[in-house]
Amino acid sequence: MSTMEQVKTSKAPAPEVKPVKETRELSGSQAVLEACIAEKVDTVFGYPGGAIMPIYDALYDYNDQLKHILVRHEQGGIHAAQGYARSSGKVGVVFATSGPGATNLVTGLADAMIDSTPLVAITGQVFAHLLGTDAFQETDVINITTPVTKWNYQVTDATEIPSVLAKAFYIAKSGRPGPVLIDITKNAQIQKFPYSGYTKCNHIRSYRPKPIVRKEYIEEAAKLINEAQKPFVVFGQGVILGKAEKEFRAFVEKSGIPAAWTILGLSALPTDHPLNVGMLGMHGNYGPNLLTNECDVLIAVGMRFDDRVTGRLDKYARQAKLIHLDIDPSEIDKNVKTTVGVWGDCKETLPMLTKLVNARVYPQWVDRFRECDKEEIREVIQEELNPTTEIMTMGEVIRNMNEITGGNAIIVTDVGQHQMVACRYAKFNESKSNITSGGLGTMGFALPAAIGAKFGAPDRTVIAIIGDGGVQMTIQELGTIMQTGVDVKIMILNNEFLGMVRQWQQLFNDKRYSFVDIASPDFVMVAKGYGIEGQKVSKREDLRPALETMLKSKGSYLLEVMVGKENNVFPMVPQGCSVSEVRLK
Amino acid sequence: MPLRRIDIHMNKQEYTITVYTENHIGLLVRIATMFSRRKINIESLNTSPSEAEGIHRFTIVINEIEEVVQKLARQIEKQVEVLKAYYNNNDEIVWQELALYKVPTDEIAEKVKVERLLREHGARAVVIRKDYTIFETSGHREETDKLVEVLAPYGLIEFVRSARVAIIKNSKGFHEKLKEFDEAEPGEEVIENEFLDRREEVFTM
Repeated sequence: MSTMEQVKTSKAPAPEVKPVKETRELSGSQAVLEACIAEKVDTVFGYPGGAIMPIYDALYDYNDQLKHILVRHEQGGIHAAQGYARSSGKVGVVFATSGPGATNLVTGLADAMIDSTPLVAITGQVFAHLLGTDAFQETDVINITTPVTKWNYQVTDATEIPSVLAKAFYIAKSGRPGPVLIDITKNAQIQKFPYSGYTKCNHIRSYRPKPIVRKEYIEEAAKLINEAQKPFVVFGQGVILGKAEKEFRAFVEKSGIPAAWTILGLSALPTDHPLNVGMLGMHGNYGPNLLTNECDVLIAVGMRFDDRVTGRLDKYARQAKLIHLDIDPSEIDKNVKTTVGVWGDCKETLPMLTKLVNARVYPQWVDRFRECDKEEIREVIQEELNPTTEIMTMGEVIRNMNEITGGNAIIVTDVGQHQMVACRYAKFNESKSNITSGGLGTMGFALPAAIGAKFGAPDRTVIAIIGDGGVQMTIQELGTIMQTGVDVKIMILNNEFLGMVRQWQQLFNDKRYSFVDIASPDFVMVAKGYGIEGQKVSKREDLRPALETMLKSKGSYLLEVMVGKENNVFPMVPQGCSVSEVRLK
Repeated sequence: MPLRRIDIHMNKQEYTITVYTENHIGLLVRIATMFSRRKINIESLNTSPSEAEGIHRFTIVINEIEEVVQKLARQIEKQVEVLKAYYNNNDEIVWQELALYKVPTDEIAEKVKVERLLREHGARAVVIRKDYTIFETSGHREETDKLVEVLAPYGLIEFVRSARVAIIKNSKGFHEKLKEFDEAEPGEEVIENEFLDRREEVFTM
């Protein structure tokens, strides 16, 4: 016997005993929960009701493995699941009953669809034999949610549940992520069937989440970049969803190209990175907007050229050669024609590109951004962050917050002026720290999303920054905070107006303030009613101590800050204008 | 290399979109909303099993400019249960529509002229009853329309026409493609690469 063989024999493993898959009897409801556990979901958000009662009954026994957060409204539930997904990078799960429970999910599904958030929504449905009879709380959820889901499916037989849920999780998180809705009739939830375990899905023949990356396109892209004199990177959430922050940073640092972010790309690159030149779009920074129309090569990474980013499309970067890296081929050439489209997962394509680009610096070109910054600071930022007015500005609140958190908190914003100000000025050191409703612009998003974000990242400080309008849309979720004791810091920036609409009415509708004057309750007293501590500040000298109290407080805290009523957010690219027509006042 | 690629057909014309899908409930709505959401009218829609087992084929006709059709085809193909979406103009396909005409039998029996008309239009009798006769013909829209016009004076009782069915002239069918889709790990030569290879002529991902 040779030595080789000896070694081989001595190291040979014991004969493999194929584990016999034990079958046990499970109900459809139990199979749903087994699927969640197998997919490593630790928290689900939801609200019970008639048609989903069997799942809730099963949940009673799974309480130790699966945390269920009882929300106050299904919309709150789905936004919480979105917040969870965005802060953790995992799939968010929400349960709702049939009829109104399911229809209340629609806003969140649409929000998750446009912002590519991986979600699995599970709705109860009436008994299969009642489908189409206008039964109590019956609604055609599949057809209602078709345009706002990546995939949806109705289950009427429990034996389908393991494979359908495996598909649901796979579809939700792979490729360009998105929401999936599974509607399960009550009989399928009750039905018992022989269960032989859960097998994760990794292939659906009609679905190609990511392609094989073609080297020649990477080479073409690298050639363009290497020939460029004034290259400019614009990046979006694709970097975060692709878990490619490191790869992106390596690319930017080697190529030396200044990079600007879309609102959903924020936090993928630290805000104080020397090549981070700021925010794109309607209320983005001056330099990135202006210089979009001066760069010679525009490199878009994981973003989709939303109209709020591009302004007038026929005057958007016409002078530039354009490289677009995206995992979704339908985004390439959708809004802006590319010179080179690189279809692929940026986790793969970025390192390939980094390898081929020359290590360079563009001191003069980067200086152009810095000069624009100086102008923006002079015209806008200085007064916003260090106002000379008696009344406080939103910007100074954010500046003070930055100084205390050091940029380490997760910031969840709602929609409107406070959102633009927070995204413009908040500091971020870590990825997945900026959670906001971008594409859909859903007011009422922040409070429930912040709850979910905290469950998704329990070790981090979560601050919800919300306007006086938006907070009143989902204020009932204070009840969820009360009951779960989740630690969410709520900061209401109250300007006693629906500020963004008011700003537009001022600028474009001749100051005809039509229904933007919104009254608010005493938010501190409302919070108190829910057992949440809080205070309201109107004077500058009280702001800093109040922020410190909020951030030091053990549990949740509500801080209401009164800010200037008629302050506007600038810079601004008015609708229908080119990005280079960005206005500083 | 051109600065940006330029679209070729900027005028509205008839396009036939061919979609290969799984045979699942709800997919019709998912595909239909792709059009309705963009306020695009579907001129004709046919769906039936394709030559590949378990695979359905949609044939959809719309009037649009190429750029819109191309984006639509991409959005359709992006749907999880869609395998492929192609679009073609009328030069690239062979197509037919089927039409049925119900005419009073006595008119047919008595008037030789009608019979001649039917012959000229390649019609075929499907059912002959005492009271009425049903003829069938197939062809392009103008042809089937023409026969309606001609039969109208003779008491055409009812007329119905099917959606367009179309064969793509340079298509090799779907059997081979399906094998590639069935593979968990596709090879270098799979469909996906056509998107980048021939993205200007055909859309495919």
